[in-house]
Amino acid sequence: MSRLVVGPFNRVEGDLEVTLEVAAGRVRSARVNSPLYRGFEQILRGKDPMDALVFAPRICGICSVSQSVAAASALANLMKLEPPENGRLATNLILAAENLADHFTHFYLFFMPDFARDVYRHRPWFTAVQARFKAIEGSAAGDALPARAKLLSLMGSMAGKWPHTLSIQPGGSARPVEGGEKIRLYSILREFRRSLEKTLFGDALEAVAGLESARDLEGWMAARAPDASDFRLFLEIAQDLALEKLGRATDRFLSYGTYSQGDGFMFRRGVWDGEFKPLDVDAITEDISHSWMAGPAKPQPPAHGVTQPLAEKPQAYSWCKAPRLNGDVAETGALARQVVNGHPLIRDLVAQSGGNVRNRVIARLLELALVVPAMESWVRALEPGAPFCHHAPVPEEGCGVGLTESARGSLGHWLEVRRGRIHNYQIISPTTWNFSPRDAQGVPGPLEQALVGAPVQEGETVPVAVQHVVRSFDPCMVCTVH
Amino acid sequence: MIGPKPEGINVLWLQSGGCGGCTMSLLCADSCNLFEMLSSAGVRFLWHPSLSEETGVEVTRVMERCLSGQVTLDALCVEGSLLRGPNGTGRFHLLAGTGRPMIHWVRELASVARYTVAVGTCAAYGGVTAAGGNPTDACGLQYEGDEPGGLLGVEYRSRSGLPVINVAGCPTHPNWVVETLMCLAFGLFSERDMDALGRPRFYADHLVHHGCTRNEYYEFKASAEKPSDLGCMMENMGCKGTQAHADCNIRLWNSEGSCTRGGYACISCTEPGFEEPGHPFAQTPKIAGIPVGLPTDMPKAWFVALASLSKSATPRRVRENAVSDHQVITPAIRKTRLR
Repeated sequence: MSRLVVGPFNRVEGDLEVTLEVAAGRVRSARVNSPLYRGFEQILRGKDPMDALVFAPRICGICSVSQSVAAASALANLMKLEPPENGRLATNLILAAENLADHFTHFYLFFMPDFARDVYRHRPWFTAVQARFKAIEGSAAGDALPARAKLLSLMGSMAGKWPHTLSIQPGGSARPVEGGEKIRLYSILREFRRSLEKTLFGDALEAVAGLESARDLEGWMAARAPDASDFRLFLEIAQDLALEKLGRATDRFLSYGTYSQGDGFMFRRGVWDGEFKPLDVDAITEDISHSWMAGPAKPQPPAHGVTQPLAEKPQAYSWCKAPRLNGDVAETGALARQVVNGHPLIRDLVAQSGGNVRNRVIARLLELALVVPAMESWVRALEPGAPFCHHAPVPEEGCGVGLTESARGSLGHWLEVRRGRIHNYQIISPTTWNFSPRDAQGVPGPLEQALVGAPVQEGETVPVAVQHVVRSFDPCMVCTVH
Repeated sequence: MIGPKPEGINVLWLQSGGCGGCTMSLLCADSCNLFEMLSSAGVRFLWHPSLSEETGVEVTRVMERCLSGQVTLDALCVEGSLLRGPNGTGRFHLLAGTGRPMIHWVRELASVARYTVAVGTCAAYGGVTAAGGNPTDACGLQYEGDEPGGLLGVEYRSRSGLPVINVAGCPTHPNWVVETLMCLAFGLFSERDMDALGRPRFYADHLVHHGCTRNEYYEFKASAEKPSDLGCMMENMGCKGTQAHADCNIRLWNSEGSCTRGGYACISCTEPGFEEPGHPFAQTPKIAGIPVGLPTDMPKAWFVALASLSKSATPRRVRENAVSDHQVITPAIRKTRLR
């Protein structure tokens, strides 16, 4: 048995270290360490409750709007405030623009460049992939960066800037959309759609969204040359490297639900472990047995959570806490969202091979195909002239919970106000779920489970398979260690 | 003048106690291909945490080659605050895979860098990570809030003789970063190009107020009272656009935005200490009804006199639109030619 410490990991947001025990060319066990602590939950104590709208987005430069939406929802919950229809649509649009830009960035800049590494130079697809996806130099960046920047011009219009907007308020949006702007927003989305259809999929978004089974997907693949589109090329690589056999975690999936439709969500809230179950939010706790944190030994519900760093602690190996649902590990992200929501292709893929590197990537790209058409309909539904924001005073005492979905999964804020000030603020971010350390029972977190069995080639110091597994979760370490 | 060929610079980019938002913002640069533009200007990334291929020991090797002088480190870019805690150990951020505090890496690399660039207010002055009780003992590279010092100390100079260049902003505008790096690559940056807080003057010699679309409301002191109102946000909503140094309303964000255009106050995120304004961000602190923070360069007596005069002269259109979320009265149509 040999030990391998891998880090710093790049093309993940923030700093990450993974310690691997390797035997007979495979990972036997893994420990995931988030080596950076920032202390937002401590910083927020004593502040004016509305100041959470300034601090929360700055937890993360890539999930900035998601953090903003979670904070605004927690405040809305405290203030008993519902946004008007326009406010709801504007929030959906801003949140979706971030989530889609993240999926897009992840695929093109973070995930695919690993297949252009030298270690794959003998694979049949290598020449095509290297020309397209080589980090910084590949041709894909020249297509993806302008398309991404153009999509995010929607943020310029509707949110002032990205990241770190303050336009999302508990009562809706502070940025009303004027009549003529609807057309501009719509044309931004049409342009993004065109680039997805032309370059990423080589097919209509509706056709991709309409794939209903693994067989459908195989048929779709067979009907196209390997380099017909970037998605097709990924499927080629996935088949050749058997990425469906890499990175399986717990197969228990969590989604808080997202894109408000008034009385529900476009992607529903729930849990999937072979069957759909409603989510019991009160069953969420955080365990700190292996975290550099002081506090009660018993796992705490986030509403009563404590964040007190403690750098010297036996057994501890990460600044990340270990969230559990009914005491169990859960995976979150696009794959979880789509399996919980019941997309037939994703349900079928998960039934066949569970949560794994390939399926996580497919689910992420599928969301691009599903959400852009929804955004087009939200823009059409905006009513300039009607209110975008409702208003209410902030109560002196009370609690609020804000749950949403960022690109990389379930994000929750738990807020308690006393005497008009923030008394406690607890955040559980998606990567806290996915990259959690072991709990008091010794059960490893999802990534720690997913890494077991990953191949390590002779002489590899940064095993490429390990990198695929890590990046398949689209981790955001800066959120993890808020 | 810009010569035919830039000298080119090697850039090493590190992230510590921040959110990665300045990199995410950088990728929003309005350019047909950001990477191509940078490389055509001779800006070469030795390593960037979000963009490069290298991981793990491949990265530490790059840093060691910079330290040994095998590779010339022209620009060390640091994003995120420097975390000195707990108790001065730097333990709140050990660079993954190395077991060493990031502050040690940064100190060593800064000693060999030709230029040291703080990307964002966190790296410049401490920023949001230093807010509240500053639980991680966060500071900037050469400032702690508005006090010179920080991690590297008052006396620090990079090999070029310049102090740390503070591209402050939370986040930074992509073009502030791109233009700074390109100026360095072209050898066009000197101490004269930095303001008193180390910020590049090309954006810091402006005020956020310049080009604000709410200026007619400002002129008449027709003020917004709640989020989504169209009026000026200085009197009630905490806006510091008349004091904050940046060109946000001249050089727009994400093609067409800015904070004030997005419906919310400028919180002066390019200024040291913006994270602890001493009042709720979205409320203007006042004494006897007069905002404590007056427009830069404006004597208080004049402000008070002008404000009361302009308030009494406010047209009904401006007064009513200021507290609405859309124009309820449109401007009258006038014949503008001479009769």
